[in-house]
Amino acid sequence: MLTILFWVFSVLMLASAAAVVLFRNPVNSAMSLVLSFLALAALFVTLDAYFIGIIQVLVYAGAVMVLFLFIIMLLDLKAEARRKLNIAALAGGLAVLGGFVVLIIQVVKSLPGSSDHFPALARTGYSDVYDVGMTLFSGFNLPFQIIGVLLLVATVGVVILSRRSLR
Amino acid sequence: MPSLDLFLQPEIFLAWTSALKTVVILGIVLTMVAYSVWAERKVSAFIQDRIGPNRVGWAGLIQPIADGVKLLLKENFVPAGVNKFYFSIAPSLAMVPAILVLAVLPFGSTLFGVPMVIADLDIGVLWVFAVSSLGVYGIVLAGWASNSKYPFLGGIRSSSQMISYELSLGLSVIPVFMITGTLNLGEIVQYQVDNGWMVFPAWLQSGAGPLEITTDSGAMFGLSLEKSLLWIPMMISFVVFMIAMFAETNRVPFDLPEAEQELVGGYHTEYSSMRFALFFLGEYAAMIAGAGFIVTLFLGGWSLPFIPDGSQGWVWGLINIGVFFAKVAAIIFFFLWVRWTLPRFRFDQLMKLGWYVFFEVALVNIFITAGILAYLKS
Repeated sequence: MLTILFWVFSVLMLASAAAVVLFRNPVNSAMSLVLSFLALAALFVTLDAYFIGIIQVLVYAGAVMVLFLFIIMLLDLKAEARRKLNIAALAGGLAVLGGFVVLIIQVVKSLPGSSDHFPALARTGYSDVYDVGMTLFSGFNLPFQIIGVLLLVATVGVVILSRRSLR
Repeated sequence: MPSLDLFLQPEIFLAWTSALKTVVILGIVLTMVAYSVWAERKVSAFIQDRIGPNRVGWAGLIQPIADGVKLLLKENFVPAGVNKFYFSIAPSLAMVPAILVLAVLPFGSTLFGVPMVIADLDIGVLWVFAVSSLGVYGIVLAGWASNSKYPFLGGIRSSSQMISYELSLGLSVIPVFMITGTLNLGEIVQYQVDNGWMVFPAWLQSGAGPLEITTDSGAMFGLSLEKSLLWIPMMISFVVFMIAMFAETNRVPFDLPEAEQELVGGYHTEYSSMRFALFFLGEYAAMIAGAGFIVTLFLGGWSLPFIPDGSQGWVWGLINIGVFFAKVAAIIFFFLWVRWTLPRFRFDQLMKLGWYVFFEVALVNIFITAGILAYLKS
């Protein structure tokens, strides 16, 4: 069952990721990217990583992409859709992509232990939110706190900047 | 009987009970949607000193069915120049997230030992936020695909409003997690059963307070210092959350996306027939899901003081379900009451209120809660 779900969502994710670059209409591309994020979240859920999966939906599909779509809708889409396909650029892009894939395969093959099978991760008996929290607060407390302060400062800064521009 | 054993195998039992719960909840909520439209018209009539619908059935009670039949039979008109694909999927995209939210709401304690929640997720609260944040796509795409200026303005307004108020919505519930220490909605309700509702923490299962009364059932009534201190941030959270929920569900005083006087009908101006009805249903379903979320987080979910849960017998299980939906109905009545009492905000006032007032209040409230919890622990 899980294997079937893995293949369904992987294929969906890769197909919609390809659709992001293949569509000429930016709204179609943005919606394909949303679909790709949702499929990725589903893959996390099949790995019992509910927290990461739902954060993927909440942050990327729910917030970032809404802003993307918001901006795209204000553009002149007709000019974008009319643009012709550039054969030379396409061929160049495919060549770079092919070279990159070959390079990745070679590098991964040369890594020690790349053909070994590793045991599955052990279950802790707690929910994964608990595990993520414990790891962050016990193992990485200082970096976590610093990132928290950084994000808070950025948020407050955004509010102050937007307030000043209104005056 | 081998056939009965098959039904009681854990996985198969989970599958058919979940399917049954899904069907029953969908039925209850869709009926509530239909009758909250009827209630909206009756309440508005009462507030404006009119009679309201009273022709179809006794006191107009069959009116929702008549409305449904009318909407189904109308022509499903697609204007020229729309983006057909997005135009036709947008109503479903607006409706589905509102329904999906219901999957994690605990609508009762237990009935015959089966927990009365469709999916008991450990990340229930995040599920609600993640899924309801997808609801904005339906509205944005409807506004854009209609290729018409009023729907477009409505869609733009709606998306900026929902993005802005999602922040205060999310920040205002963080104090609840800090106190309960869980993201699981069932456990949040259980915490309120043991320690009193978030907005009215006046009974305790254990622990002493200066004003305590012991009853026969062992439950105690009273306020301790701890409870009264935590009650302050909880009330702030509750008020911010409630107001942000009004903005999220596009209700008056924040119904700018469909302000009739300015935008004709907002993002669904170009829609007709069942596609329009889906927007309408989605809006009311989102309101019911939001009310259920408020009840679960702040008003004790299915619990009522001194009433036992479903483990004491199936009658109590049914009563708990009734209590949950009664509380939801009360919140919906409050939504309607506000709609027909308050005037609408201006759009810049709405955005200012969200970004300069509620966002800061919710943020400061987190620090207040952290301070109180640190004081109580020491």
